Amino acid sequence: MTFPPSPPLPDESHARALLRSMILIRRFEEKCAELYTRQKIRGFLHLYIGEEAVAAGSLPVLEPRDSVVATYREHGQALARGVPATTIMAEMYGRKEGCARGRGGSMHIFDAETRFYGGNAIVAGGLPLAAGLALAAQMKGEDRVTACYFGDGAMAEGEFHESMNLAALWDLPLLFCCENNLYAMGTALAIAHAETDLALRATSYGMPAWAVDGMDVLAVEDATRRAVQSIRAGGGPHFLEFRTYRFRPHSMFDPELYRSREEVSEWKKRDPIPLLADRMRQAGMLDDDALAALESEVTAEVEEAVTFAEEGSWEPVEELTRFVHSETGGAP
Amino acid sequence: MAVITYREALNQALAEEMERDDSVFLMGEEVAEYDGAYKVSKGLLDQFGERRVVDSPISELGFAGLGVGAAMVGLRPIIEFMTFNFSILALDQVLNSAAKMLYMSGGQISCPMVFRGPTGAALQLSAQHSQACEIWYVHAPGIKVVTPATPADAKGLLKASIRDNDPVAFMEGELLYNLKGEVPDPDDGDFIIPLGVADLKREGEHISIITHGKMVHVALQAASKLEKDGIEADVLDLRTLRPLDVDAILATVRKTNRAVYLEEGWPWGGVGSQIVSIIQDEAFDDLDAPVVRVTQADVPMPYAKNLEQIAKPSVDRVIAACNRVLYRNS
Ligand SMILES: Cc1ncc(C[n+]2csc(CCOP(=O)(O)OP(=O)(O)O)c2C)c(N)n1
Ligand SMILES: [Mg+2]
Repeated sequence: MTFPPSPPLPDESHARALLRSMILIRRFEEKCAELYTRQKIRGFLHLYIGEEAVAAGSLPVLEPRDSVVATYREHGQALARGVPATTIMAEMYGRKEGCARGRGGSMHIFDAETRFYGGNAIVAGGLPLAAGLALAAQMKGEDRVTACYFGDGAMAEGEFHESMNLAALWDLPLLFCCENNLYAMGTALAIAHAETDLALRATSYGMPAWAVDGMDVLAVEDATRRAVQSIRAGGGPHFLEFRTYRFRPHSMFDPELYRSREEVSEWKKRDPIPLLADRMRQAGMLDDDALAALESEVTAEVEEAVTFAEEGSWEPVEELTRFVHSETGGAP
Repeated sequence: MAVITYREALNQALAEEMERDDSVFLMGEEVAEYDGAYKVSKGLLDQFGERRVVDSPISELGFAGLGVGAAMVGLRPIIEFMTFNFSILALDQVLNSAAKMLYMSGGQISCPMVFRGPTGAALQLSAQHSQACEIWYVHAPGIKVVTPATPADAKGLLKASIRDNDPVAFMEGELLYNLKGEVPDPDDGDFIIPLGVADLKREGEHISIITHGKMVHVALQAASKLEKDGIEADVLDLRTLRPLDVDAILATVRKTNRAVYLEEGWPWGGVGSQIVSIIQDEAFDDLDAPVVRVTQADVPMPYAKNLEQIAKPSVDRVIAACNRVLYRNS
């Protein structure tokens, strides 16, 4: 697929922010992988490495009043949304100081403050929820867009199709962000989908949809901006298919027999981080020193998150049953 | 006898039954190219080809329903759920179609099929991935529920389930796949364990620990600890929840006069509620103490290790329950 030419570089501080966001996600997750092997983080851990441009390019387009729903591969979206790295890391440690008080773990990052509504470990499970958030905004007459992230694999589920139809039928202010990384675990796109042009399928529901180079953070940002503007103007739901690639295994256990090394290394040539960094260098916006400064800034932020998690505490076991029901009770 | 893993035992059962009857086929996510998420179907694609070992997209409701349809016209599908947590998306077809088809059609149309995969919690997988799902299935008349705890049971019961003329939910355990045990050699003939026959996994005279699935191992550990204390426990593994071996339950209760029911799932409407009801109904006069249940705490499974540990049923909690039933101070 050929994409339209990449948008021009923005000004230096904006370009730097995009680069920083991607590097933060990358370094944060590299640290997660290390902590996983040290058994500090347990359970399932799904890394976003390779796909950073999607979260880093799209989420800053949203306003704080907007809402976000993601999947179990959601550290990137959470960080780009502004959920503090400290509370995400503490959550993965299972700490009381974690954003879900240790009850959720890596797959269930929730942060009401930034309107980050999970963290859903059921493939396609977040889609109807996102449509519901959008419906609520519409009913209350609020100017809020909901962005919903999901994988190519989710498009085989009924929950996806029902959500698409409902969103289009009721003109919901919803942005469908499909992260097409070509695989659902070990299942290649072509094995799972009769029509592999995912944006084309979305148009059949009667909503604008197009494919975007998901390795180019500027293209992601540009597409998201256009879609969000149109949604805010009453244009109803939009669908963006971000063509991207995960560089790592599906989760921490995966021999990756379903793809060749060559394929992975081909995609790594389009690593979103150097892709932007090189353009910035060429434009004189970045040199070795500036990059090193950025890296050390990010490293400090990741280290701070680890320290926060290390120094955290366990939820006392007496609190086990807390939050099964709400603490405020019902109507009198 | 050969010592093989639970995973290998399941694999053998699948291969033997697919060999024996070509109306049997396996369908699910990643079952073919990938050998199954837990490698249970290893080698089956090579052996039986892609018509009979079918990779499905992530469409649980869809492929479960397709399985029901295929069963209605005489095939014998085995539907693999990557885990039973995801079968919750498929419950409409399981409960509204498979379980009722024979009855709704006045006995005309049966659904000989198996839904299988791991159920229950593994380690720190959090709320949506750590559910003991047997209760969703066991609630509905029309579907059989099988919960093997050992490699031999896994093999013998899976073969019986595949040959059964009704839909069977066959629930494995993620933490059991590597468990080793003796299983009769394929050369020694067909090894089938009929559905509806419980198995006394350990004999004792003082108390009955009744359980199913993965919890059998927790019960056995508790029984060996109790033994050091001079308490001998019967450990009765129900093996199948429907049909249920009521005679075996009553026999152990009549022998020891004291019982504990142990299960992995939540207390409300749990399997144990039904068992306790049967015991009090049919063996009230044989009881020397109330029957006590050990279950998961009544919470969605938390991720944090310390919370998960206390949420799950444990050897210590089983021992405490036994002590209560024995009126002993622990
Ligand atoms: C309903 C359901 N079925 C199966 C799974 C197991 N599972 C977890 S991730 C995954 C693949 C999803 O692929 P995709 O939607 O493309 O997202 P990606 O992991 O590539 O980001 C599967 C099958 C699940 N979590 N939920
Ligand atoms: Mg994918």
